[in-house]
Amino acid sequence: MSLKTLKPGYSGEVKDRLENFNGNQLVYVGWDHQLLFCAPFTLAVSPDIPFGQLRDQVMASVFSPHPEWTQINWDSAGWLLDGKAFVPQLDVSLQAQGIDHKSLLRFQTPELAGFMSAAV
Amino acid sequence: MSKVYIALQDNDQSRYIVEAIEDDNPEVTVNYMPAMIRIECEGQLVVRRETVEDKLGRDWDIQELHLNLITLGGNVDEDDDRLSLSWNA
Amino acid sequence: MAAKKLNTKDKYRLLTRDLDWEFSYEDRKQAFPFEEFEGIKITDWSKWEDPFRLTMDTYWKYQAEKEKKLYAIFDAVAQNNGHTNISDPRYANALKLFLTGVSPLEYQAHQGFAHTGRQFGGVGARIACQMQSIDELRHVQTQVHAMSHYNKFFDGFQDWSHMHDRVWYLSVPKSFFDDARSAGPFEFLVAISFSFEYVLTNLLFVPFMSGAAYNGDMATVTFGFSAQSDEARHMTLGLEVIKFLLEQHEDNVPIVQEWIDKWFWRGTRLLTLVSMMMDYMLPNKVMSWKEAWEVYFEEAGGALFKDLARYGIRAPKYAETIEKEKEHVSHQAWWLFYSYGDATAFHTWIPSDEELDWLSEKYPDTFDKYYRPRWEMAKKMEAQGKRFYTKGLPQLCNCCQIPLMFTEMDNPTQLAYRDTVYKDERYHFCSDGCHDIFVAEPEKYVQSWLPVHQILQGNCGGPGLEDVLRDYYRMNVGADNLDMKGSPDEQRWNSWKGVA
Repeated sequence: MSLKTLKPGYSGEVKDRLENFNGNQLVYVGWDHQLLFCAPFTLAVSPDIPFGQLRDQVMASVFSPHPEWTQINWDSAGWLLDGKAFVPQLDVSLQAQGIDHKSLLRFQTPELAGFMSAAV
Repeated sequence: MSKVYIALQDNDQSRYIVEAIEDDNPEVTVNYMPAMIRIECEGQLVVRRETVEDKLGRDWDIQELHLNLITLGGNVDEDDDRLSLSWNA
Repeated sequence: MAAKKLNTKDKYRLLTRDLDWEFSYEDRKQAFPFEEFEGIKITDWSKWEDPFRLTMDTYWKYQAEKEKKLYAIFDAVAQNNGHTNISDPRYANALKLFLTGVSPLEYQAHQGFAHTGRQFGGVGARIACQMQSIDELRHVQTQVHAMSHYNKFFDGFQDWSHMHDRVWYLSVPKSFFDDARSAGPFEFLVAISFSFEYVLTNLLFVPFMSGAAYNGDMATVTFGFSAQSDEARHMTLGLEVIKFLLEQHEDNVPIVQEWIDKWFWRGTRLLTLVSMMMDYMLPNKVMSWKEAWEVYFEEAGGALFKDLARYGIRAPKYAETIEKEKEHVSHQAWWLFYSYGDATAFHTWIPSDEELDWLSEKYPDTFDKYYRPRWEMAKKMEAQGKRFYTKGLPQLCNCCQIPLMFTEMDNPTQLAYRDTVYKDERYHFCSDGCHDIFVAEPEKYVQSWLPVHQILQGNCGGPGLEDVLRDYYRMNVGADNLDMKGSPDEQRWNSWKGVA
């Protein structure tokens, strides 16, 4: 089904195209079963930064207020990229490992149960 | 049968309208909440002009109900003498 | 002989239907160019019913009476320092959200009904829309008047219409109405008159207004119920619209069903904001959101859809998800606003211990298990002098524009994620409901003005968040936002009450 319009062929302007972000791309990042942060984050980053920089600088800047952030064992943490299992390469750029504009990254830390073991 | 309902502002006029509704629809439930009165009933509920006029002691136009009405649920049927609310199922 | 008085039916016929005219030298289709493109088939406009048979003269008579009563109370509130009689200064924050989030929707409804009424070939429908358009204008005006009193004494009321167009969480109500108003006239009626007015506004204007009364806010309960006396008429119009469309042609049934599915979901998402007003922002509680939902959505909506089943209409899609969400959404929403409380134009706070206990009692299956621990954590952080504010911008749903804060209803510690790819662009949603709405009409939603993305494109000033809040949103940073504790609102209240 598509939009019913007064005149044929209407389509709205795509507001969030990559070229509108001044050289950056968007990456969304969520911490599964962790709800101190009420929602995933929207991060605007250069497609050329290596994954290690995304994780240890950009992600740390928003996730580090959680007391368990520093306890995460990244060797056992799991990742999903747009819903599929993913193994990040720390020194490879986002772009080169398929993390493109408006990709969603989720990570899981099953060893950490959160405050009062309640996923907080 | 589903419940129809009507809610009125809790004020001096509504008091008489509620009394009239209770007289004409003995099976209604009346709930008093802060600032409002909610009246519900299975199937059908009728507000009759004559009964309200009796209670108020003056002429009353059925459309005056709008002044105190907060909400209602059910199919509305109104004429000069009555307003009824009903569900068909 | 005394002049005979016309009965209501005759008067209605003469003063509405008789005002129509035949098109003798112009093409009727060109006069009503929006009437057909949505696929709705109207065979006989004269079948349109207005059960209240309100004519313009009666309309003015009763509306004038309502206004007189209302303004007498506004005067009394102002003359008697009504703002000092509210239950608790926290309450004023619910009004700030109302004025910035809801009152502008009344104005949108005013414009929407004026436009929509013009597009209908049937005179009954045109007049009903005209009255509703005037009602909605009255609503925004009375709300602004009522709250202008609070604006003199509390922060956050000053730039409500500017904020409505720009502030991140206000894009939720704004985009809802933009969506409805940019649809065709029949979809607008199903969206607003039926889905919104008949079922959903009850949840805002009935239990919340009753709550305003219970919190000592005479001005708000009065404008609320005065507006609601018009809503009762709008609701009746909404139900008649649906019956009329379904009776006109069987081809209308699937179109109307799709609109019901879409607009009940959109409305449910919009009411997330109201859920937290009920459960968290009213210091004196009347009923929980869950209880209100059961009375006004499940019971009233259930009766309605049972009645409409004879036309082949079923309950809205995702009714099962909606039923489960009543246990969760208010808690998830208040946590969102609490944790982004540095970017809201109203104050937020940790519920008191008594309030936490009330929530446990009202939500025995979910509150202690999933939500109380967050508040315990927040209390702990506050005690350490680190009141929790989330850093960084959230991911938004491309349809309802709410941050992706809803969890999977069968797995309440896991956030829900949905996405789709349309013309090589990926789009993200909070739920199946929002996903399906996008997929049905992607050409419309690719242009969603998502506040987070707009900030990151540099379209909202900056570079810092505080610059956006101050210059682009026009918040008085440090006064309008942040926690209730230590706010200028709280200090003024304490000085009125003689509390140190």
